[in-house]
Amino acid sequence: MKKDNILDNNYLPFAARIEDIVIESEDGSLKTFKIVFEDEADWEKWRHEPGQFAMLSVAGKGEAPIGIASSPYERDGLLFTVNRAGVVTTALHEMAVGARLGVRGPLGNGFPVDGDLKGKNIVIIAGGFAFTTLRATLLYLLENRGDFGDITVIYGARTPGMLLYRNEFLDWEKRDDINLYVTIDREAEGWHGLVGFVPQIVSQVNPSPEGARALICGPPIMIKFTMPPLEKAGWQDNQVYLSLENRMKCGIGICGHCSSGPIYVCKDGPVFTRAFLNTIPQEY
Amino acid sequence: MNSMDTPKKLIQLSKEDLLSAINGLKDVSYTVSPNFNDNAPGPGDNIIKRFMFPQPEPLLFLEREGKDMVHRPYCVISKSSLNPDDDTSHHTISDTVAETIILGIRPCDARSLWLNRLACEEDNLFSRRVDGLIIFGLLCNKGLSTCFCEDVGGGHQDVRGMDVAMIDDGDGELRLWAVSKKGLYILNRLGIYEDDIIDGLMEGATDNSHEKVGDCSLLDELMSKDMLTLYNAPFWQDIKDSCLNCGACTFLCPTCYCFDIQDEAYGKVGRRIRYWDSCMFPLFTLHASGHNPRGEKIYRVRNRFMHKFKYFIERFSHISCVGCGRCIIHCPVNIDVREVIGLMRAVS
Amino acid sequence: MANISSFKVIGINKEIEDRLRERVRALFDKGVISYFIGYRGGTLPWLPRPFIAKRPNEADLLVWNSFLALNLANYAPQALREYLSGKDGDNGAKIGIVATGCWSRNIELLIKENQIDRDQFYIIGISSRGMLSRNALFSMFKDNGYPEEIIEYDHDIEFIFSDKSIKKVNRWELVRANCKSCAVPDPVIYDEMIGSLQGKRSISEPFNEIAFIEEMDADGRWQWFKTAFKDCIRCYACRNACPLCYCPTCFVDDSRPQWLGKSIEPEDTLMFHLLRAFHCAGRCTDCGSCEAVCPKGIPMRLLTKKLIKDANELFDNLDLGVYSPNDPDF
Ligand code: SF4
Ligand code: SF4
Ligand code: SF4
Ligand code: SF4
Ligand code: SF4
Ligand code: FES
Repeated sequence: MKKDNILDNNYLPFAARIEDIVIESEDGSLKTFKIVFEDEADWEKWRHEPGQFAMLSVAGKGEAPIGIASSPYERDGLLFTVNRAGVVTTALHEMAVGARLGVRGPLGNGFPVDGDLKGKNIVIIAGGFAFTTLRATLLYLLENRGDFGDITVIYGARTPGMLLYRNEFLDWEKRDDINLYVTIDREAEGWHGLVGFVPQIVSQVNPSPEGARALICGPPIMIKFTMPPLEKAGWQDNQVYLSLENRMKCGIGICGHCSSGPIYVCKDGPVFTRAFLNTIPQEY
Repeated sequence: MNSMDTPKKLIQLSKEDLLSAINGLKDVSYTVSPNFNDNAPGPGDNIIKRFMFPQPEPLLFLEREGKDMVHRPYCVISKSSLNPDDDTSHHTISDTVAETIILGIRPCDARSLWLNRLACEEDNLFSRRVDGLIIFGLLCNKGLSTCFCEDVGGGHQDVRGMDVAMIDDGDGELRLWAVSKKGLYILNRLGIYEDDIIDGLMEGATDNSHEKVGDCSLLDELMSKDMLTLYNAPFWQDIKDSCLNCGACTFLCPTCYCFDIQDEAYGKVGRRIRYWDSCMFPLFTLHASGHNPRGEKIYRVRNRFMHKFKYFIERFSHISCVGCGRCIIHCPVNIDVREVIGLMRAVS
Repeated sequence: MANISSFKVIGINKEIEDRLRERVRALFDKGVISYFIGYRGGTLPWLPRPFIAKRPNEADLLVWNSFLALNLANYAPQALREYLSGKDGDNGAKIGIVATGCWSRNIELLIKENQIDRDQFYIIGISSRGMLSRNALFSMFKDNGYPEEIIEYDHDIEFIFSDKSIKKVNRWELVRANCKSCAVPDPVIYDEMIGSLQGKRSISEPFNEIAFIEEMDADGRWQWFKTAFKDCIRCYACRNACPLCYCPTCFVDDSRPQWLGKSIEPEDTLMFHLLRAFHCAGRCTDCGSCEAVCPKGIPMRLLTKKLIKDANELFDNLDLGVYSPNDPDF
C-alpha cells in the first residue's frame, strides 16, 4: 500500500469517489457504496483478498473500518456495505454519488481461500449485515468453483427487507452448486422462505464437518448460539473461522485500539479460527 | 545485566564545551534533558517520549476542494489558519530524516526507543523521525528507590540504545564515548574525536543493540507463564479497586505508544492528527454499537500490565517496560508495577 | 521487588488510626458494613493507597496520617455500583467510608445529586488537620531522592533517606494551600466521629492564592495560563480524582458532538480546564484532590478556587462549597 509519487505515509488514503449508492435495507440503515479511485494507477496496484477490510475516510470526520464486499475479480470498483452507526458512517450515508473520499487498505488478513479452505466443503453462516465480506468470499469461491467441494450458505436477517444483496441471492438460488438457506427471524407478509434464527437453521441443516470449514460472521449473540449445534454435529474448533470486529483507528497494528489480548484484530485478523481464539483473552 | 563495554579511551569534556559544540552544528537540532544539567537521580522529564510521539502529530492535512474535503499529504494552509500560536513547521510532514540530538536522557529512556521501534517500526512517520535521532545518554550514578531497570533487563549503566554514553561524576566534567557508528559520526562532526583514536574505538563502539537480552530472569519467567492463567488470576480484582482509570501511568510511560486519531476541520482546512491514548480509558475499546469489550475497570487495569508483561513478550520477545518507575512515582493511588509483577510472578 | 513501606505515626494521628481500625473491625463484626473505603499503607511511604476493605481483618491495614491527599468520596459511587447495587442480599448491607471535612461535603453532594444513597453508607468522620502536598515534598527533596521511611509526630515529620540521613520538617510547611484556607475541617455528615471536632476556622484571606491572577488583564491571564498549564499532558488524573466528575461520558470524551480538541496545544488545554472548572462551579469543595494527583504539578485548582469566590460574591456569600445537611434550601 504505497504511493510512489509522494513520501511514504501509512495514513494517507487513496483518493477515491463514490460512483454508485444502493440502499440495501428497508430502514435505510444499510447502503452499499461503489467506490472508484481517482487515479487509475492506484487502482492498478490494488489487490485484496476476500475477508479483508479497508478504512474509508471522510475528510473532516475521520475513518471507519469497513469490510470489502466486492470480490477480487470485480475490477470495476470496490463495494462497501456500510451500516450507519458512528460519526463517520453517518457522514458516509449523507454523501451522494460523485462525492470524494479516501480508501486506505486493503487491511487485515482475509479468509485463507488459497490455503486451508482449498478443496474443502465450505459452510458460510452469516447474520444481519455481516454478510459483506462473505459476499466477496462467496464470489471468489464461485469464480474458482472447481477448487472447492460443496458450498452451503446459511444467511439470516431480521426481516425480508433487511436482507442484503437480494438480487444476487435470487441468482444464486438458481444455481445447483450452492446449497442456499435464507431465513428471517419472524413470519412476514409475502415471505415464503425459511423462518427462524440462524442457529436454529444451522441445527436443521446440520452441516457435516467431514472435510469442511465453516466461515461465520454475525453479531456476537448469533455466533454464541451457532456454536452448540455445530459442536453437536461434530465440528472441531479449528474448522471454524470467525471474522471479528473491534474498535479500530490505525488499521496497521500499532495504535492498540483493536487489541484482544496479544492480537491486533486489524493486523492479525479480522479472520481467526475459533481454536486460536480459545487461547487468548476474549476482548472483542 | 549491565553491558557497559569498557571503551578503549574516554573523552573528557566539560558540559559547557559539549553544549557549545552541539550548538555549533547548525543543521542539527537538539533537546536537553534536565538531567543533563543537574544530574538529579532518576529518569527525570520524559523528553524522548515527546519526541517519539509528538502530542499531537499531524498525519495528513485536509482541504476543501469544491464541495468536498480532500486529503493532502502536505500542508496547504497558512500559518495562522489552525493555530495562531503555532509555527508552520507544525503543519508539514517531513519527508527527510532530520538529525536531532537528545542530550542527557537516562539508560532506561534510551532503551525505550529501542522497544518502541519493535512495535511501531512499520509506521513510517515514526520511523522516519526516530531514524534521525542521536542519543547522548547519561549513565546513572545512583537511581531512585523507584527505579528497577535491572529487573527488566536494563541497567543504570546500560549503554544499549545510546549513540554516545556519558558519565557525570559531579565535577562538571563529562566522560564520554561513542557506543554506535552514529555516535562516532557525530563526535567526529563535533570535532571531539582525534582521528587517531577512532579506529581504536570502532570495535567496542558498534554494538548498541538490545538483541542480547541476556540474563533477564523475569523475561524468561513471564514467557513461560500461561497467558489465560495470568489473565484469570484473582489478584486483578483487588488492584482494580484503587485505580482511578486516569491516564497518568500510561502517559508518563516511555514505552506506552497507543494513540487515537482525530480530524480537526475548520471551514476550508483541517488536519488529521494522532495524539496519546490509553488503554486505561473506557472509550478506548468502545464499539459504535455501544458494546465495550473492556467495559469494566478490571479489564482495563489488567490490560496495561498484561500488555507490558505478557502480550508484548508474546509478540516481540521483550518486556515492554524499562523500569523507569515513573508510573510508580506518579500513580495517585500507589498502584506499583513492581508489586504487580511480583503477583504475576507468583502465578503458577 | 516492592515491599510495604515504613511509615510510623506517633501522637494524635496514631490514636485516631488505632481507633479507626478498632471501629471498622467492630462494624464488620456486627454486620453493619460489608465493605470499607479507606487508606492503607503502600509501597511508597508518602503515598498511602486508597482501598476497599472486604474482610474484617483488613481493618488492621487502615492508616491515618497527613498524606491522604485523594478525596475518598471519589470511590463511593463506584463501590456502590460494583459491590452493592442490584445484588441479592444487599438489604441492609452498607459500605463504610472515612471522611474528613471536605470528603464529607463531597459525600453530601453525591447524595444530593442522587449518585449515592445515604442509607447505603456508614460514615466515620474525622476532623482534618490538613493534608500534605506531594509536589511540595518532591521539590523540597529534589536532591535527596525519595524518602524511604517517614515518622509523623503531631507537629513535625521526619523523612529518612536511603543514606540514612534524616530531615525533620514542620508539617505546616508542607500542608496544601487548600487545607490552609479551609474554614470547615470538620465533617458535616457522619454516623460517628473519631477524635474531636475543631469548629469553624476563621480564615483571614481565603482567596489570596488567586489575587495575583485577578490583578491581570485578559492578555496577562492568557499568558499566565499558557505558562502554568503548558506541561499538562491531558491524562485526566485531575478529573478522575474529582468526586464531582462522575459523568458517564465526560464532555472531553464525547464525539457527538465533539466539544473540544484532544491535543495539548494551549487552546485545547484551556478549553478542557475551563469547561471542567465551570462544571464544578458551585459544587467544588476545594478538597484539592485534582491538584494532589496531577503528575505535572498543574495549578488547575486555582480555576475552581476563583469560581468559588465568584459564586460567593454573586450569590451573597452562600458558601456554596460548604454544605450543611440541615440547609432547607439544599
Ligand atoms: S531506572 Fe535505571 S536507568 Fe532509569 S533513571 Fe533509574 S537507575 Fe537510571
Ligand atoms: S511501566 Fe512504569 S516503570 Fe515501566 S517503563 Fe512504563 S512508566 Fe516506566
Ligand atoms: S499499556 Fe496500554 S496504553 Fe500502554 S502501550 Fe500497552 S496497551 Fe497501550
Ligand atoms: S494505575 Fe494509577 S496512574 Fe494508572 S490509571 Fe490507575 S490510578 Fe491512574
Ligand atoms: S492538569 Fe495534570 S492531572 Fe489534569 S490532565 Fe493535566 S497533567 Fe493530567
Ligand atoms: S486499529 Fe490500531 S492496532 Fe488495530
